[in-house]
Amino acid sequence: MRKLHTFHGGVHPATCKTQSNGSPIAKAKLPSKLVIPLRQHVGHSARTTVEVGERVRKGQIIGQADGHVSSAVHASTSGTISAIGMQPVAHPSGLPEPCITLIPDGLDEWMELEPCEDWKAVPHSELRHRLRNAGVVGLGGAVFPSDMKLYAHKHKIKTLVLNGAECEPYITCDDLLMRERAEEVLKGAELMRELLYADEVLIGIEDNKPEAIAAMRDAAGKHSGMEVIAVPTIYPGGGAKQLIRVLTGIEVAAGVRSTDLGVQCFNVGTAYSAWRAIRFGEPLISRIVTVTGNVESPQNFEALIGMPIAELIAQAGNLPGTTGLIMGGPMMGVLLPSDKAGVVKATNCIIAASDALFPPPRPVLPCIRCTRCADACPAELQPQDLYWFARAKNFTKAEEYHLFDCIECGACSYVCPSNIPLVQYYRFAKSEIWAQQAGQKAADAARERHEFRESRLERDKREKAEKLAAKEKAAARSEPAPVSDKPDTKPQDEIARKIQAAIDQAKAQAAEVKPKNTEQLTPQQMAEIAEIEARRARIREIAQASTDAQPRE
Amino acid sequence: MLSALLAMGAIAITLGAVLGFAAIRFRVEGNPLVDKIDAVLPQTQCGQCGYPGCKPYATAIAEGTADINLCPPGGEEGIHKLADLLGTEFKPFGGSTVPKPKSVALIDESTCIGCTLCIQACPVDAIVGAAKQMHTVIAAECTGCELCVPPCPVDCISMEPIADTTGNWKWQYPVYAIMPSQTAP
Amino acid sequence: MLFSPYITKPDSVSKIMLQVLFALIPGIAIYVWFYGPAILVSLLLASLTALSTEALMLKLRERPIAPFLKDNSALLTAWLLALSIPPLAPWWLIVVGTMFAIAIAKHLYGGLGSNPFNPAMIGYAVLIISFPSQMTHWLAPGGLGSAGLDFQSQLNYIFRGALPDGLTLDGVTMATPLDTLKTQLHMNGQMKSILEMPIYGRLAGVGSEWVSLGFLLGGIYLYARRIIGWHIPAIFLITLFAISGVFHLMDPARYAGPLFQWFSGASMLGAFFILTDPITSPTTPKGRMIFAFGAAILTFLIRVYGGFPDGVAFATLLMNICVPLIDAWTQPAVFGRKDER
Repeated sequence: MRKLHTFHGGVHPATCKTQSNGSPIAKAKLPSKLVIPLRQHVGHSARTTVEVGERVRKGQIIGQADGHVSSAVHASTSGTISAIGMQPVAHPSGLPEPCITLIPDGLDEWMELEPCEDWKAVPHSELRHRLRNAGVVGLGGAVFPSDMKLYAHKHKIKTLVLNGAECEPYITCDDLLMRERAEEVLKGAELMRELLYADEVLIGIEDNKPEAIAAMRDAAGKHSGMEVIAVPTIYPGGGAKQLIRVLTGIEVAAGVRSTDLGVQCFNVGTAYSAWRAIRFGEPLISRIVTVTGNVESPQNFEALIGMPIAELIAQAGNLPGTTGLIMGGPMMGVLLPSDKAGVVKATNCIIAASDALFPPPRPVLPCIRCTRCADACPAELQPQDLYWFARAKNFTKAEEYHLFDCIECGACSYVCPSNIPLVQYYRFAKSEIWAQQAGQKAADAARERHEFRESRLERDKREKAEKLAAKEKAAARSEPAPVSDKPDTKPQDEIARKIQAAIDQAKAQAAEVKPKNTEQLTPQQMAEIAEIEARRARIREIAQASTDAQPRE
Repeated sequence: MLSALLAMGAIAITLGAVLGFAAIRFRVEGNPLVDKIDAVLPQTQCGQCGYPGCKPYATAIAEGTADINLCPPGGEEGIHKLADLLGTEFKPFGGSTVPKPKSVALIDESTCIGCTLCIQACPVDAIVGAAKQMHTVIAAECTGCELCVPPCPVDCISMEPIADTTGNWKWQYPVYAIMPSQTAP
Repeated sequence: MLFSPYITKPDSVSKIMLQVLFALIPGIAIYVWFYGPAILVSLLLASLTALSTEALMLKLRERPIAPFLKDNSALLTAWLLALSIPPLAPWWLIVVGTMFAIAIAKHLYGGLGSNPFNPAMIGYAVLIISFPSQMTHWLAPGGLGSAGLDFQSQLNYIFRGALPDGLTLDGVTMATPLDTLKTQLHMNGQMKSILEMPIYGRLAGVGSEWVSLGFLLGGIYLYARRIIGWHIPAIFLITLFAISGVFHLMDPARYAGPLFQWFSGASMLGAFFILTDPITSPTTPKGRMIFAFGAAILTFLIRVYGGFPDGVAFATLLMNICVPLIDAWTQPAVFGRKDER
């Protein structure tokens, strides 16, 4: 038996997994439309490569990875692109993001795939490139582009941890995946091990999933250097940092790369998708989603990316009394602002919430410093102090008390006898600090540019003065210059006159262009306006991209 | 008596020498306070404070000739920071100075005549273009100072508020009541 | 239901406080057994005063009344104060003490969760400074006083200040065993002969030693239910044992033994119920140990050298002052950053 380590804290909420893990993975029926966000991953949004009205085939790239940290998105089935624009997405803000809407044609016609029998012969850089183009990202929830993580950096990676712990209540998608597709998960692990030059693969599964453990152990017999380890069921034991700690004893602090400590961690679903992408050339166009909670038959679906969540819920059977939809688990999930949003790569679970399952929060009382939160905190923070600082908006102090080591697991809020929404305070403080840092960065850049401009103007002035002095000197040496004030004043007049002329022209032009929003426009004018608008949109996009450039987490 | 006087005198001379030496040895170039204040200011260089830029305003604050509540782009947050830095009381914005939502300049390219006047006005070189060529604002570099708006002879520059996106969206301060509704039957 | 987590543990401040109240019951039962039901009257008076003061203060502070009244924290303060003062005292004593504890020590500092000092101990301190004579007349345990006092007479004294004919207050009350020891030692009594006085039992005072045992039992229950941690009670009792043991070994004639210290006065009540008040004690494990250590040393010093009969209350208050500092000093290392310090 391997010696397991423990981490501080943790909680034991009711697991509520048996509702959905009783039946096999069902294939979700083809929806009426697909809403595919261009950004389903950490990093830059993908760049559209299709146009409205274009017919695409299943698996075709519709958004190309754009920038260093980015990933591709694909058509999940064959059909026609009906719209490209802002649509509601699974984001707590409820703000829309650029999405591609695809109307399926029902043929489900694949593009030509490039399977690869002998992947071991393919250079690693090529494998990574294929993963990037296949849109493989972390399916455990972080959705970080996997190709970026499959580098053996300066440090030797000893252990590849495969995360099948699935500690959040209700969620069973990894459980079912491991039960039904253990062999392919392990082949994916083999591929990852090869890319990382890792020595061993440790697969951590919480001991409340005996069937998955058995299936994975069975499959692991065929591979060397792979060990399936049952870890104790405790929330958040499936957090990457916590699982690494339990399996290896290594503690990865916030802001530290686990690879620097010789460990890399992937979700089992990611391993499966990576394998499908390399071996069969299939991009990530579907994932297993647990649909549970207040539905007729809670179960797991293999759902196409972009499938509207309302349609997915309908396939599990709507029940009355649903008050909202949670994407993810009850501890860290996001309350969906709209059921029109599509399934994304991060959608591991959809819980139909009802008052019976999730009673409305009880009244909040003041903190009594009982430190149940500190006892539960897996990051070993002092949540009661952080709460105090965040509440008082004392962000400097909050950072000093390691606010950014908080993984937002929600264990503190879960145990709080005063029902204080602790995590919410930390989220608030974090996003305020991020905004402040962004503001500071912008201010510093502006200062630099301003100072540069000042020095440039200074230099210009000096150079002009020098030139003038040299000229005068030269003039004094030769003939006395032809004295005339005219050339000095004339250009001024000329400039003023020209500007006036331009103004008049512009005014006339403006008057002509004014009725921009009226219907009587020539096609040429419309084309011009469209062109200008497009140019502006691009400029805005560029500006947006650079403000979005810093990925959070 | 004499010895006491001598002793006091000697101490005075020694300490004076130490202070004099320290003044030369640890001399600080420039006024560090100005830089500290400047670091807090938002660097829009907009001149809304009545000074020709952030640095001059910082200098004026450091000299005690300017109030700390003259910088609308910094917002109340900025006044708090200045008050913290200077150890003074927070002072709300006075009558006419009101912070506006953050915005960036946008040039209506169909009207722009390419006169370069806005380029000359921009304190952070965020407008590109050349004479008789259409100009455009690099939105990411624009500080929203509005200095380019008045010089434009054809009024083609407008200030567009920065829209909320998932990128700049912030979690709200948790607002909850101790549920007075539940106390009533 | 707006943000995650959407589920919470069915735990509440009210339940925690209720558990603590529940854990006091064995001690109270033994109290009644030895001293008669007067203590129940004190508890009732204190409870009523506490609840009405709490409601009044909440109203004045414009806070919702029901959720805070239901949190049971005012009741706990009331009970702890009632258990700290003599049961046979005029009714206004406990009323004044409780009102002060709730109105001044708790609500003027911001109410539940914001008071820097243990309100019950503030109430006790105010009473012992303002009304020292009433605070030193403790009921003699059954059979020890010159005459027993039935419940009717106890009530008569509490509310009307009248004792049955022919009885004086000194006849039915006595100083606490701790106080008696101090007084006797002051009068150059010998430890051995003092402890042979009838008010002393096996470990400490007759009756009060059993009450302490009751509180110990309740404390163990609280630890078993994880309402309190082990740090404060364990370190407090160990330190008290150690320091009194050392002094006792050096001069057994002048210093009582460690078990006497453990089972006298409010040692057990303090270790498990007063010092462990989460609001006024440190939050870090190391901090709690320092806090308990300091409280034990101060308790011992005040008992042996101070002018008051017991030291737990003042030791608690003095250590309460240090809590923010202790917390700031003892921040534990966080996950993955243990090498950084």
